[in-house]
Amino acid sequence: MSELIDRPDSTLNVPSMPPVVVEVTTPADIAAYPIVDAGATISSALPTETVEYAPAALGQYNHSAEDPYATTELPVIGYAPSQLAPSPPVVTEFLTDSGQAAMIPAPRVSYQDEPSTTATSSVIDTPRIINAKTQDEILSFWGSLVGSFGLIWVVYTQLLPFTGRVGFVILWWIAFMLMYAGITAMGNPRTVVADRVAAAGVRSGAFIVFTALTTAILFTFLRGRDALVHMNFYVDDMAGVRPTDGLDHGGIGHAIVGSMIEIGIAVLFALPLGVGTAIFMNEVGGKSARLVRTVVDAMTALPSIVAGLFIYTVLIVTFGLQRSGFAAACAIFVMILPIIARASDVVLRVMPGGLREASLALGASKWQTVRKVVIPTVRPGLATALILGIARGVGETSPVLLTSGATTFYHFNPFDGPMNSLPLFVFTSVRSGQTLAISRGFGAAAVLLALVLLLFVVTRLLARTKVGNR
Amino acid sequence: MTALLDPPSAPSAPEPTPQIDDVPRSIDPGLPPSDRIFFGVSRVIGFSVFIIMAAIGLFLGFQSIPTFKRYGFSFLTESAWQPDKDVVGISAVLVGTFTVALVAMSIAFPLALATSLYISEYAPAKFKSFLVSMVDLMAAVPSIVWGLWGFFLIQPKAIHLAHWLHTHLGWVPFFHVDTDPEASPWAQTRYAASAFIAGIAVSMMVLPMAAAVMRQVFSQAPVGEREAALGLGATRWGMIRSVVLPFGRGGIIGGTMLSLGRALGETIAVVLIVSPAFDIKFRPLEIGTSTISQLIAGRFGEATSSQLAALLTAGFVLFIITLIINTLAAMIVARSRSGAQE
Repeated sequence: MSELIDRPDSTLNVPSMPPVVVEVTTPADIAAYPIVDAGATISSALPTETVEYAPAALGQYNHSAEDPYATTELPVIGYAPSQLAPSPPVVTEFLTDSGQAAMIPAPRVSYQDEPSTTATSSVIDTPRIINAKTQDEILSFWGSLVGSFGLIWVVYTQLLPFTGRVGFVILWWIAFMLMYAGITAMGNPRTVVADRVAAAGVRSGAFIVFTALTTAILFTFLRGRDALVHMNFYVDDMAGVRPTDGLDHGGIGHAIVGSMIEIGIAVLFALPLGVGTAIFMNEVGGKSARLVRTVVDAMTALPSIVAGLFIYTVLIVTFGLQRSGFAAACAIFVMILPIIARASDVVLRVMPGGLREASLALGASKWQTVRKVVIPTVRPGLATALILGIARGVGETSPVLLTSGATTFYHFNPFDGPMNSLPLFVFTSVRSGQTLAISRGFGAAAVLLALVLLLFVVTRLLARTKVGNR
Repeated sequence: MTALLDPPSAPSAPEPTPQIDDVPRSIDPGLPPSDRIFFGVSRVIGFSVFIIMAAIGLFLGFQSIPTFKRYGFSFLTESAWQPDKDVVGISAVLVGTFTVALVAMSIAFPLALATSLYISEYAPAKFKSFLVSMVDLMAAVPSIVWGLWGFFLIQPKAIHLAHWLHTHLGWVPFFHVDTDPEASPWAQTRYAASAFIAGIAVSMMVLPMAAAVMRQVFSQAPVGEREAALGLGATRWGMIRSVVLPFGRGGIIGGTMLSLGRALGETIAVVLIVSPAFDIKFRPLEIGTSTISQLIAGRFGEATSSQLAALLTAGFVLFIITLIINTLAAMIVARSRSGAQE
C-alpha cells in the first residue's frame, strides 16, 4: 500500500490540493492512464499484485493501526492499469442516486477491460447523497400517517363505542405502523420494510421519552404558576398561615433555606471525602484501593430510603438526637457520598495516562503530579460529578422524610429541632389534599425543578471546557 | 554519577577484592515528604469512606439478625405486616416491589432502547449532544416531580387505559381487576392508585440510567464493522441488528439491570401514588399494592424498637436484592465486548 502511493500529509482532507501522484509498479505505464480532476472525492480501489482494496472507499474512517491514511478522503484518484497482473476487480463507483434502491447501498463492481475512456467517465460521477430521502419514502410515510388517522377516526369515533384520546393515539400508532409496513412492502423487498418499520419504532420511542420529559417540566411549572406569581411565595414562611389563606399569604422561604443548609452540610463532607476516595483509588492504588472501590460500588446500590432509615435508627432512635436539619444532612451525605465518589472515580479513570506519565517522567513527585496535572485536567469533569450529586441529593425526598421533620417557620440552626426542605414541603402539601396546599406544593416543586435545571446548566457550561467530561 | 556506572562490575569480578566498603547507593531516592503526606492523607480518606460504607452495610446486617431469629424463615413468606399481633412478614411487599419494578421495566426497557438507538444511530449529528444532555437532565429531575407527574397528569388517563386493558384482555390474569368492567358507570377508583400507575412514574425515573449506559455502549460499536455491514448492502436497521445490537448486548442487559435495581428502591412516587395493601397479588391494574420502601416510609414513625428492627430487616433485604442486581449488571457490562467503562 504505502509504497505504491505517495500521499503527502499536506494534501489530506484538502480537496483543492494538487493531485496525488499514484505510482504503479511499472512506472512506464503511468502515462497511459488519465489522472482525474482535483476535488472529486470518489472512491477507488488501487490494485496491487495482491488484490487489495483501499479502505478509504466511502470517506471518513477511523484511524486504524495498519493504515495511518485510513481517515483520509482521497482528493484525487489516479487510475490503475488493468493490464497489470490478472485484471483485478476494480470498484469504480458507488451506487448513484436512484429511487428506492438507495436504501440498499451496494457497491457496483465492474471489471475493467479497457482502462482509458470508459474508466474515466465512470469515475467522474457525482457522489450520491447518502442520507437523502427518496420520494417513495416520504410519500409512504405521510400517506400512512394521514391514512391511518382517517381510518382510526372513522373506526374509533364513528363505528365502535370507544372514547378517550389515549386509546385513539395508541390505535392510530398501531394502524400507522401496519399501514406503513404494508405500503412499503408493495414496492420494496423485506429488508427495506424491516428498516422502515424499525426506524419508525425507534423514532416514536424516543419521541415518547422526550415528550414525557417536556410534559413533566411544563406540567410542574403550569400547575405551580398560581403560586409562583406571588413574590411572597419565595420569601415568606408558612408560620401562622391558615390552610384557607390565599396564595398571597405565606411562602416556601423556610423550605428553600432548609434545603440549602442541609445540602450544604452534606456536600461539605461528601465532596472532600468522595473526591479524596476517588484520588486514593486512582492515584495511590494497590490492593486496598480495590477493596474500597468494591465497597463504594456496592453502596451505590443502597436505596435512599434505607439510607434515611439507617440515620433515623442510629442518630434519632439510638443516640436520641432530635429530628433536625443535621440528621437530614447526614442522610443525604450517606446517599450522595458513593454517587460522588463513583462519578469522580470514572472521571479520573478516563483521564489520559500520558499526561500523568509525562509529569512523573519530568521528575515531579506524585503529589505534584496530582496537584498540578491531574486535578486541573479533570476539574470540569469533577465539577460535573459533584453537581449531579448535588442535584440528586437536593431532589431526593425519602431520606429527609425520615430524618428532618417538618416546620412551618424559618429555622437556621441545623442542630436544633426540625427543619423543612423543598422536597418534603412538596410531599406534605400535596398529600394534604387541599387545593391551595397542592398549588403551593406545585409551586415548591417548580422552584426545586428550577434549582435542578440551574445546576444542570452550570454543569453543562463547565463540561464544555472539555477533557474528563464523562 | 560515576559511582552509578561502576558498581555492576564490582560484584561480578571474579577475584574478590578485599575491601568493598563502597556500597552502591540505592537508586530509588524514596518518597519525598510531600508524597508521604499525600499518600497518608488519601489513605486515611479512602479508609474512612470504606469504614463508613462498610459500617452501614454491617449495621443493617446485624440489625436484621434478631428479626430473623425471632420470625425465622416466615419473615420472608408471611404476607401480613401486623406488629401488634406479632405477625410480620415481607412476602406481600416483596411481590408488590417486584410488580412495580416489572411494570416499570417493561415500559422503560423498550423506551430506553429506542431512545439510545435514536441518539446513537438516527439523530442528526447536530442534535446528538443536545439529546444526550436531555437524557442526563431527565436523570436529574427530582423523583418527587415524577411522582407529581404520575399522580396528577398520568393517573386520570392511565385509569382509562387500565380499564380498556381490563375490558379486552381481562381473561389474562395479569390484567384482571376485581370489578365488573361493563358496569354502567365503571368503578374508576378500582383502577386508580395501582402498581401500574406507580410503575409508569417509576419507569420515567429509571429510564435515563438505562438509556445512558446503552447509548454509551452503542456509540462504541466499531466503525469498521458498521461500514462493512453498510458496504455489504445492509440497510440501517440491518446494520444495527447485525453490528450495533450484538456489540452492545452487554450494555443493554447491564443498563437494564442497573435501572431495575433503582426501580426496586424507588420510594416517593410509589408512596404518592399507590394506596397500601398487604395481600399477595399479581394484578398491577388494580388499586393498592405495597413495596418495601413504601412500607418503611409509612411505618417508621410509629414503630417501636423491635418493629424498627423489622423495618430495617426489610430494608436490608431490599439492599441485598439491589446489590446483587447491581453487581450482576456491573459484571455483565464489564465482560461484554464493549469493555468495562461504566
